[in-house]
Amino acid sequence: MNFDEIADRIEELHQGAVQARVGEPAKDPYLRISSESLVEVMRTLHADRDLAFELLISVTGMDWSTWTPKMPRVKKGDEPLPEPESPVSRYEVVYHLLSVSQNHRLVIKVACADDERPAQPTLTGIYPAADWLERETWDLMGIDFQGHPDLRRILCAEDWVGHPLRKDYEFPTEYHGISAE
Amino acid sequence: MSQLQEMEKRLADGQREYVLDVKTQDMEINMGPQHPATHGVLRVVLTADGEVLTSATPYVGYIHRCAEKIGESVDYKMFLPYTDRYDYLAAMNNNVGYCLAVEKAGGIEVPPRATWLRMIICELNRIGSHLIAFGTYGLDLGAFTPFLYGFREREWVMSLFEKLCGARLTYSYAYPGGVINDAPEGWLDELLRFCDVFDKKYQEYDALLTRNKIFIERTRNVGIVTKDQALRYGWTGPSLRASGVRFDVRESQPYLFYDQISFDVPIGRGEMGTTGDCWDRYYVRMLEMLQCTRMLRQCVERIQADTTPGEFLTKLKNYRITPGEAYVGIDNPRGELGHYVVADGKDVAYRIKIRGPSFCNLSILPEILPGAMLADAVAIIGSMDIVLGEVDR
Amino acid sequence: MLSLLVTLGAAQQVGSTVENPETGILEGIFDGWFGDTFGPLVSAVLGLIIVLTLCSLLPMFWTWAERRIAGRIQQRPGPNRVGPFGLIQALADGIKLMFKEDIIPTQSSRFLFMLAPGIVLAGTFVAFGMLPLSPSVIVVNTHLGIYLITAFLALDAIGVIMAGWASNNKWSILGAMREAAQMVSYEIPLGILFLMAGVTYGSLNLVDMVAEQEGGLFGIGQWMLFRFPPFGFIGFLVFYVAILAEAKRAPFDLPEAESELVSGFHTEYSGIRFSFFFLAEYAAMFLLSGVAVCIFLGGWNLPFISGSFWRDNGMFGELLAVISMLFKSFILVFVMLWLRWTLPRIRVDQVMSFCYKYLTPAAFACLLAAVFWAETKV
Repeated sequence: MNFDEIADRIEELHQGAVQARVGEPAKDPYLRISSESLVEVMRTLHADRDLAFELLISVTGMDWSTWTPKMPRVKKGDEPLPEPESPVSRYEVVYHLLSVSQNHRLVIKVACADDERPAQPTLTGIYPAADWLERETWDLMGIDFQGHPDLRRILCAEDWVGHPLRKDYEFPTEYHGISAE
Repeated sequence: MSQLQEMEKRLADGQREYVLDVKTQDMEINMGPQHPATHGVLRVVLTADGEVLTSATPYVGYIHRCAEKIGESVDYKMFLPYTDRYDYLAAMNNNVGYCLAVEKAGGIEVPPRATWLRMIICELNRIGSHLIAFGTYGLDLGAFTPFLYGFREREWVMSLFEKLCGARLTYSYAYPGGVINDAPEGWLDELLRFCDVFDKKYQEYDALLTRNKIFIERTRNVGIVTKDQALRYGWTGPSLRASGVRFDVRESQPYLFYDQISFDVPIGRGEMGTTGDCWDRYYVRMLEMLQCTRMLRQCVERIQADTTPGEFLTKLKNYRITPGEAYVGIDNPRGELGHYVVADGKDVAYRIKIRGPSFCNLSILPEILPGAMLADAVAIIGSMDIVLGEVDR
Repeated sequence: MLSLLVTLGAAQQVGSTVENPETGILEGIFDGWFGDTFGPLVSAVLGLIIVLTLCSLLPMFWTWAERRIAGRIQQRPGPNRVGPFGLIQALADGIKLMFKEDIIPTQSSRFLFMLAPGIVLAGTFVAFGMLPLSPSVIVVNTHLGIYLITAFLALDAIGVIMAGWASNNKWSILGAMREAAQMVSYEIPLGILFLMAGVTYGSLNLVDMVAEQEGGLFGIGQWMLFRFPPFGFIGFLVFYVAILAEAKRAPFDLPEAESELVSGFHTEYSGIRFSFFFLAEYAAMFLLSGVAVCIFLGGWNLPFISGSFWRDNGMFGELLAVISMLFKSFILVFVMLWLRWTLPRIRVDQVMSFCYKYLTPAAFACLLAAVFWAETKV
């Protein structure tokens, strides 16, 4: 299935779940799903025989707070390049899915409503792979996955302060008495 | 809760197949971060009832450098050397994966010669990486000599790379827009010679380890990962294929010129025991090496026939990538290595996400280790062929 | 060292209490000078010195040989810098180990930790005293030869368990437990085969056993290996596998299993104490190979050479016997090294099932064959 067929299918099965549908000419087409319907949509994606996304490839946390895209200058006469969709919220989670049996991929984006305490429902019930991927996202981006069985830091030390991939992260000058200047 | 009650509860949960008539206490063992068989700084806290494991909790992150944050701080070219360093056994594949993602995001054209060269280095590095997997797996199971045999051929792979780019471990050879060097004179011929010699030497590996009775007894029906389990835990690459799933990004969603050459995708068939056991995972890697030489020969043929020497890099004035995002997943020796690049039109990436295959493959440990023996834990971890540099990034 | 002396003295006593003690290499020589009380003691001390020298030199040679052979097998040179062919490498390593810091973990059981390597070493060294190298080159020649050897080798297991327990390290204790299980299990087929030898030769004394194997077809017909075929041969194979396990050599090196248990029972040891374990391991390898040669391969007997040759030619005969004996043992030790650098390690449950399912029944079959043969002969 190509992107349009997948998107149609999801819109048909989960009305109102798809908030935005960014197809061609974007290099990686994606669907923006509402946070509330994420788990349901994912369950469909996983279980539906035609969609059959068995693999959760990656979970990416995005922090759009310093996003100021700079479009390249266009020569006279050329069509200006299409600008990417502007962010809808500060934090966002991007899921990359892969279907082994159907041989197609899908990118799902979900915005986090709360800028102060970003949160998403966990997908561990559908994809056990999400366990570590979500822990990583929590660790580095500070996105809370509600319902996760064991949400603690995975890559940083247990007593680490802050979430390094946030754009407003301040590098520590000292760690356990070791200067990092 | 008393020990006895706990035991009864466990039995009620079906956790134990047998009833212990002697009251014993489980021992908690800390395997790693410094342990010979964890292939780096992996730490697994094991609970063992005698030699049988009852639970396992992996802890990772000991060499975490936050490559993704570095990717947001240095420009696209400068990040290239960092890609060498997460999966240090397959640095070429990392370079290529990263470059493909940047090129996709920026719409950069790559000359065909560079693409063929990239395929060559990817497959050659796959041999190098699988040779380590083969050798260290032998080490894990107590056979020392295969390691040295593997290193004999790996040494040649290294020196081939050295002739190509001057480095032996961290190559930074692929570059956004092509590769940094053309193949020096005679290099392709040496590569063909290597392929011929390698196919012969491969028989020695088979004789020494693959068909060894003790080796088979140690690996068959051990650490069985079913197709379903493998998919649920996001397994990719040879490990997934060993569980009987025929999926190879190179075959199914070809990148570079993989659609122009022919190769087989070996999958686990449970030849010695059950599909998805340690032996299958090991053997899939072994068979892949043979496919690599087959691909290398075709690549050399095509590069000599179709391309002009000297056209190996598209020079660009700057590397300001048009705002947008691109994800490229390639088949690294360990599984799908994904780079997700978000560009905002500046020299520096807005966000780079690296999807490491070992990271996902490793997360299955708490599920498959309980019930195995302590020695099996070593066999299982070894059979997954993880590189901790890439788990921790 | 003291324990060594005491045990050796005890062995002497045991030896001399049997009815008709054979004479050992030094036995009786000093009786005239020091009297019946101190004579045996003096000869024991001198015997001890000989044993110690042998026990220290042979392992040193074998560590060097092992590394050279491993190098050869693995297509690399191996140690070749210190002395001709790197022969002095072992000595250099020994000196290094002696001057290294002897680390004793603070949480360990200090006394046992320090005692354990000594016990392991003592057990093997004393057992050496019962191994004949020629008709009269033997320190303690008793009628209980192989019986005492097994008894003293069992000390090895105790020392290893002590080391593992005293280290206060979980890997060590696992290694020690494996050692205990393995030693106890493999002593069963070993013991049965000793019985087989006893039944066949009518003696437990190794010198007698070798004497029983003189002559026959081509001068090898009486070797246990070729007696009541194929049971002699099967017995030898079983015996060899069992001594591999007893000496903790690959594929039975589970107590150490460096890829599983870091270093097993000697994880926490360093310096000279660490080297004691190694010394003992190599000594045990040689010792058990020697016993295997004496029981199955005709000892110092060679094809086409009559048995009286060794005794009738005085010192010359004795010397040739020693060389023949060493050569045969070296071949067996070489095979041990060869196996070590070729085979993967067996898992612990497979070690056990292999012993109880295959080796023990095979050993019993051999014993039965020997008994049957002995009956029909009489």
